[in-house]
Amino acid sequence: MPDYALRIRRYDPESGRPPYWADFQVELDDHRSVLDGILDVKDREDGSIGIRCSCQAAICGSCGVRVNGQAKLACNTKLRDAQAGSDDGVITVEPMGNMPVLKDLIVNMDAVHWKKVQRIVPWLLPEGEPPEREYVVPAESMIDVTQSMACIHCGACVSDCLSMEVDPLFIGPAALAKAYRFVGDPRDAQTEQRLRDLAEDPHGIYDCTHCFNCVEVCPKGVAPMDQIMRLRRRATRDFEISDPNNGRRHEESFTKIIQKKGLLDERKLLQDSFGALRPQGQLQLLRSLPTGLRGFARGKISPRTALFHERLEGVENVQRIYEHAEGHAEEINMYILGEGETEDEKEPAMGEPPEPAT
Amino acid sequence: MRVAYWPGCVSRGFTPELHGSMALVAGRLGIELVELDRANCCGAGVIAEHNQELADTLNARTFAMAQKTGLPMMNICSTCQGAQSECQQRLDADAGYRGHINEVLAPEGLHYEKGITNKNFLWLLVEDYGLDRLRELVVRPLAGLRIGPFYGCYILRPTSRLGYDRHPERGRYLEQLIEALGATPVDYEGARKCCGFPVITMNRETSLRQAGRHIGDAIDAGADALVSPCPLCHLNLDLQQPDAAKVVGRDLGLAVLHLPQLVGLALGFAPRELGMSKHVVRTELVEGKLEAGPAPALAG
Repeated sequence: MPDYALRIRRYDPESGRPPYWADFQVELDDHRSVLDGILDVKDREDGSIGIRCSCQAAICGSCGVRVNGQAKLACNTKLRDAQAGSDDGVITVEPMGNMPVLKDLIVNMDAVHWKKVQRIVPWLLPEGEPPEREYVVPAESMIDVTQSMACIHCGACVSDCLSMEVDPLFIGPAALAKAYRFVGDPRDAQTEQRLRDLAEDPHGIYDCTHCFNCVEVCPKGVAPMDQIMRLRRRATRDFEISDPNNGRRHEESFTKIIQKKGLLDERKLLQDSFGALRPQGQLQLLRSLPTGLRGFARGKISPRTALFHERLEGVENVQRIYEHAEGHAEEINMYILGEGETEDEKEPAMGEPPEPAT
Repeated sequence: MRVAYWPGCVSRGFTPELHGSMALVAGRLGIELVELDRANCCGAGVIAEHNQELADTLNARTFAMAQKTGLPMMNICSTCQGAQSECQQRLDADAGYRGHINEVLAPEGLHYEKGITNKNFLWLLVEDYGLDRLRELVVRPLAGLRIGPFYGCYILRPTSRLGYDRHPERGRYLEQLIEALGATPVDYEGARKCCGFPVITMNRETSLRQAGRHIGDAIDAGADALVSPCPLCHLNLDLQQPDAAKVVGRDLGLAVLHLPQLVGLALGFAPRELGMSKHVVRTELVEGKLEAGPAPALAG
C-alpha cells in the first residue's frame, strides 16, 4: 500500500501553546480519503487530534477542512489526489478559514456560518391560511431552487470567501445561497422584503467580489456566487430595488453604456454608478477625484478618453441584440448546461489553435 | 503566428499602456494581431448578472467575428477570458440555444460554430508559442528582478470551465513565464486572490482592503513588482494603490506591470516605450534593477 505524508495543523487552546504543524505517515490504499488518513493517525498514533466527522459519504457536511490550502470535505478527497495537488508531496490539512478554531481541525461554525444563515431568515414565510392539503408549486420553480437546496452546510464556501476575509460582516456565500432558496420559492410571500433587506445591507449581495472561490470549493455544485447573482438580478430587474450601495446603479449604467456605445466608457460608468445627481453620489465622486487626477497626471487617463468616448462602429448591431434579449420576458438556458444537446461530436471547450505560420 | 485579437475595453480606456505594449511585443514575437475592431464589450460578468442571454449573444457575436477570420482568438484580459468562457460554455453545451442565438446574429451575417479557441496572451505564450521559443528572443534577461504573479480570479476559477482538466498547469503559468524571462517568481499569499475591483463602486473598503493586503504581502515577501494579465486588477492594484495604502494603514509603493510589459522589458524595449511612465506607482525601482543588470544584447 502507498505511503502518504500528512502535515496536520494542531491547536489546543487549553494548552497555552500556539498552533503548530505535526507530521504523520499513513499507509493506505490510494482510493482512501484524507479523512481515512486522519482517522488512521488518530487510531494508531495520537487519539487527541480533533476532527469533526460523521457520515463519511459527503452527505452530512461535518468534515470540512483545508487540504493543501483549499477548503474540501476530508471524506470526499482521495489521498492520491491530495498528494498530487500538494507542492512537495506532503498533504497539508488545516482548519477552515474565516471561522475561529476550537481545537485542531474543528472550527466554530456557530459563531460564523450558522449565525449568518440565521440572518437571512432560513424558513418559508407564506401568507394567509395554509391550503387544506399540500401547496401546489410549478415544477420549473422547484428546478430553479434545486441547486441552492443541495447545500449541506459544510462551510467550505464560507472558509474560502475572499470578501469575508477582509469584511467579516459580509453575509457570505452559504447564507446568500440559502436566501435564494426562499426568494426563488413561489410559496414565500416575503420575496421583495427579503431582496430589499439583502440589497440595502452594506454587507449583503453587493459585497460579493465575484472571485469564484465559493464556486470552486463547493463539494455539492451549489455555485453560491451564481445564486448571489440571481438575487441581484431579481432585486434589480424584477423589483427595481434601489440600494444605497450603488448596486443597481452600477449594473444598470454598465448595461446602458454598452447598449449605447458597444464598449465600456469607464468615466461614465463611475459617474453613473455613484449617481452624480445625488448629494451622496457627488460626495463619492469627489472622493474618487484624487484617483482620477493621478490618472491624468501620469497620462493614463487623457482628456480624450475622459470626455469623448466614441461609439463602436456598427453599434446598431449591438443594439439589435439588446432589443431581442431585453424584449422577451422568459430568459432561456438560465441553468442548463449540456441538456438539449443534439449533436454527436464532443468537441473540447478549449481547442488548440492551428500550428503557427512562422 | 496569426491570431484574432480581442483587446477588450479597458486596454483602450484607462490602461492604454496595455494595448500599446501588446502591439509592440507581438511585433517582436512575430505574432500578427488581426484586431476585432468591431467587436463589443464582453460584459465583464455585469451584463450576465443583468441578463444572461444578452451576455451570451453579445459574446457569440465576438466569437463569430473571430471565426470569420479563420484564426484562433486571443485576449489580453483575465476578466474577458472568464466572462467569455462562461458564455462559451453555455453556447457550446446546447445546440438549440446556440441556434436561437445565431438567429439573432444572422442579420449581421454572423454565425457562431461551437468550439472556438479563445486564449489569454498568457495561455497562448505558454501553450502555443512556447517558453523555449520565447527564451531565445530574450535580449535582456530580467536577472535580479523579483516578480510577484497576480493572476486575476477570472483566469483561475472555476477550473472546470477554464480548461484546467486539459491544462492543469494554467495556475502556474505566470511563475513559469517569470522564470523564462530570467526573473525570480515571488511566492506570496495574494497571488491567486481577488484584487477587489468588482466592488470598488459598491464597497470601497472591502475592495481596497483586498488590493492593499495583497500588495503588502508581496512587499513583505520581497517583490520588486507585480505582474498581471488583467487590466482590471491593474486598476485596483496600481491606480488605486495610494488609496489602498490608506485603507490598510501602511506604506505600499509596489509597481504593477501588465503582462506584455514584463515580456517587453526582456525583449529589450525601453520602459517608456512600454508605457510604464503612465503607471501611478513609479516603476523606477524596476528600471534601476534592470539597468544594474546586463545590457540588452540586441534590440532589433
